[in-house]
Parts: sequence; structure tokens; C-alpha cells
Amino acid sequence: MNPRRGVIVLVLAAAAFGGAIALQMARDRSYPRDDRQKEQILYVRSGAALKRMTLAFNALAADVYWIRAIQHYGGDRLSGPQAAAKYQLLYPLLDLTTTLDPYFNIAYRFGAIFLSEGYPGGPGRPDQSVALLRKAIVAMPHKWQYYHDIGFVYYWRLRDYQTAALWFQRAAIQPNAPNWLNPLAASMLVRGQDRTAARFLWQQIAKSEEPWLRRTAERALLQLQALDQVEQLEAVIKRFPPAAGESYSWTGLVGRHVLVRVPFDPVGTPYEIDPATGRVSVSEQSPLFPMPEEPRRLP
Amino acid sequence: MRAISTVAINVFRESVRDRVPYNLVLFSVLLIASSYLLGQLTAGQDVKIVKDLGLAAISVFGLFIAIFIGIGLVSKEVERRSIYALLSKPVSRSQFIAGKYLGLVLTLAVNITVMVVALYIVLGYLSWQETAEYKAVWDAPGPDPAMLKAVFLIFVELMLVTALALFFSTFSTPMLSAVLTFGLYVAGHFNSDLKNFDKVVNSQAAIWLSRGMYHVLPDLSAFDVKTEVVHGLPVTMGYLASTAAYGLAYVAALLLVATFIFSRRDFK
Repeated sequence: MNPRRGVIVLVLAAAAFGGAIALQMARDRSYPRDDRQKEQILYVRSGAALKRMTLAFNALAADVYWIRAIQHYGGDRLSGPQAAAKYQLLYPLLDLTTTLDPYFNIAYRFGAIFLSEGYPGGPGRPDQSVALLRKAIVAMPHKWQYYHDIGFVYYWRLRDYQTAALWFQRAAIQPNAPNWLNPLAASMLVRGQDRTAARFLWQQIAKSEEPWLRRTAERALLQLQALDQVEQLEAVIKRFPPAAGESYSWTGLVGRHVLVRVPFDPVGTPYEIDPATGRVSVSEQSPLFPMPEEPRRLP
Repeated sequence: MRAISTVAINVFRESVRDRVPYNLVLFSVLLIASSYLLGQLTAGQDVKIVKDLGLAAISVFGLFIAIFIGIGLVSKEVERRSIYALLSKPVSRSQFIAGKYLGLVLTLAVNITVMVVALYIVLGYLSWQETAEYKAVWDAPGPDPAMLKAVFLIFVELMLVTALALFFSTFSTPMLSAVLTFGLYVAGHFNSDLKNFDKVVNSQAAIWLSRGMYHVLPDLSAFDVKTEVVHGLPVTMGYLASTAAYGLAYVAALLLVATFIFSRRDFK
């Protein structure tokens, strides 16, 4: 093939390739396809079997399942309430990830936070969180963070303060454990729990080096701040009720100079007030919604 | 010694002329580079994934080179009948086997070096562009020198696989050699299960048999420390040395048996 003919062939090849791309784009415009995955499938659920199948490439397979777990979580979180079964594969995916790579620290901690979180942030399965963290302890028995995370799940999600205190005590005796764990366990045993302890625990989590863990903790701290503000607002509303026959409203409270303006939550969304009862709540439009169910105070 | 080095250099030259190793190296370099993109999909675990993918690529492509070139080392010479010309030269059959083996090991060493350099460049880039706060989450530094421990054991493992392929190549067809070598590679990674067979059966004969197989089959799972180095866990020099010594002893045994079989072959 002489050089001139070679150039012609290359130009024709480029033109054909360009034509193929143009046709593809035109087809996608005319006949849009539903590329959404219809059903999420997990073919292999046995970590032990998968570990054998992947021979010397367990860690790489763990990465693949980790990416699937992240995508599954993100996909379900963004898909809105229409998804039939929310986060149903999150635990099996994280379980497979950590069986293939037992030192995958972030997979355990991700599971600890999000498996226990209720809808829409997670499947609301603290039992699965604890199971995953117990697995972490078997692999790395001296990491105080896992004992702490189990204590946190018992405290924040299961409201079992005795067991939570026990796990905080276990965390305290691990190497390099921070010195605030024992006092925390003691206070939990003595007076149950209140918002102060929740704030303290989330502040510790907010110091994590993991950006997504920090963001989760920062959101939780803002929610706690909002709960404080709601309490203060309700106290004010109780002290200055509307005149007989009038309903509760922000405009009424501002008009009577009880408040200087309509109150906003810590992220700048106005609070909502129930016209009949005067109860204050965080708006469904707020990024802080839904608010956490708080641990109750012990009598 | 001169005869061995001449054969070895010729094997290396032949493998360089053969475009397969080039393609594999190019592919692995692309794979390592694309792992950077893959890392963007995950929550802050990009460096771990790049390391896992890089080390796995080095292992897989090294395995392909070891098996697919190793199985043809002897059988190709026999099929092409160039063995007659070779053996008429002042080269003994043992020198021929040793030279063939060392030539392929040299090819593997060069390929692995290229792949490791590519991996360190990608990791160096990732490390350079991240903040100190972000890097604090990593179990181990980006371009971690400790990864060379895993690479070293991958190399010794590939030396063993090459010896297996060469061993089968001395008496079998390339196809059968490939199947047998790959079969032993898989079995070698399950080998540690045989050691613990006594925990699942009561039969003393079965226990002895499994113990025997544990010692006879290559214990390849011992060469896998990829997970440990990626997580910054300690891999002692004693472990490295004893595992490498085991690998080299196994290689020596295979090469000696290969030489014995090859020396008894009649090419008339």
C-alpha cells in the first residue's frame, strides 16, 4: 500500500468511526433507552465460597464489592421513596467485602453508621451493624474504634445504655484508646443518657479523618442543635400563647414582638409551627429532615 | 555457565521479539492508569484500590507470561526440530533447561520491573495531589516501599510457576502443559486447606494423604501478602526469607526433575 493510499484509508476509517458515533447519538435521541437497572442481584452470597473462587485476588474482589456497596447505597438513597426494597443488599455486600478483605476498616465503619440508620438514610438494621462490627473485632481485636462503634449503636439506635456502657468500657481498655471512654461509660450507667452525651459522641466521630464520616457527624450535630432550638422555641410559645380563637403562627408571634423574625433551623430553613398545638418541627424541606429519634432520659 | 547464559539471553531475545509480553505490559500499564479512574468511584479508598489492582495486575500478567511462554520453552524447540541443531552444539541438556528457565525468569523480571515502575508513578501522582488531611486516612503511604515485599513474593511465585510450566513442557504438549500448570496454580492456592484436613475428617489415612499432598503440591497461598502490605500490616523479613527459600528449593527440585526427564528423552 503506497503512502497516499494509506492516508486515504485512514481518513475513510476516521470518517466511518465518526459516522458511527453520530448515528449512535441520533439513535439515543430518537429511541431513549431505560438504562436503569431493573433489579439488584447478588449472585454469590457466601463470602467463604467467594474467597476460594478469587484465589490470590481476594483484596481486588473486596474492592469490587466495596464499590458495589457504595453504588448500592448511593443509588437507593438518590432513588427516592419509590424503590421497593431499600438497601436490601447493603449488609450482604459489606459482609462479602469484609470476608474477602478482613482488614477493610472503612467498610466496617461505613456499615456501623449506615446499616443502623433508619430510612431514608439507611435500612434501620442496628443488628446488622453490630454483626459487622463484631466481625471487625475478630479480625482486629485491638482497635478501640470498633468497640466504641458497637457501644454507639447500642446507645443511639437500640437505647440499651447498660450494654452501650459495657462496650465503651471494653473500648477503653484497648491500646491507644482515648481517656474519655471510661467517664462516658460511667455516666451512662449512672444517669442513663441525654442529649449532652449524644453531642459528645458525635463530636468524637466528627474528628474522624474520613470525610464522609465527618459529614455524617456534622449533620447529626446540626440536628441536635435543631432539637435544642425547637425546645427553646416551644418554651417561648408556651409562655406567650395566642389570644383566644387565634391559631399558633410565626407571623402572630413576630407581630406580638415575641420573636424578632421567623426562626430558621441551623441550615437556614424556616421551622414549621402547628397552628393547632403550637408544636415546632423541622421542615420536610430542610436537609436536616428527618430528625433522629432521640435516646430517652432514664427516670 | 557461558552456555546457560547464551541460551538464557536467546530466550529473552525471543520473548522480546514475540509481541505477547509487550502487549501484556502495555495492557497492565493501561490497567494501572485506569485504576485511577476506578478509584474515583469509591469513598476515599482510591489508593487502596489502585494498590490492589496494580499488584493483582502484576500477578496476573506475570502468570500469563510464565504459563504461555513457559509451556513452549522446550516443546516449541522440539516441534520446530531446532532442538537437533541446539543439542549438536556444546550445550548439555541440563544447561539447555537451566538456560531456558533463566531466560524466562529474566523476561519476567524485566516485565515486573516495568509494571512496578508504572504502579509507583500512579501512586506517586495520587499521593502528590492529595492533602495531608486526606492522606491521614490511608493505612500506608501512597508509594509505599513495603509494597516491594509483595512484589518480591509475586516474583518468586512466578519463578515457581515458570518452573512448573517448564517441567511439564519437557514431556507434554503445550496445551496439556498449560492446563496442568494452571491446575497446579489453582490447587496451590487451596493448599493451606489440606494442612487442616485433620479438623474435618477422622480417617487417619485421609489425614496422611492430605498432609502428603500439602507437602508435595506447591504452597502458593504463602506467597500472597498483597492484603497485608496494602493495609500497612507487618510482613517480617524472616517470613519473606523463609517463603522465598521454600520457593527456590521447590524450583530447584522441579528443574532437576525436568532435567532428568529431558535427558532421557529420545529425539530420534
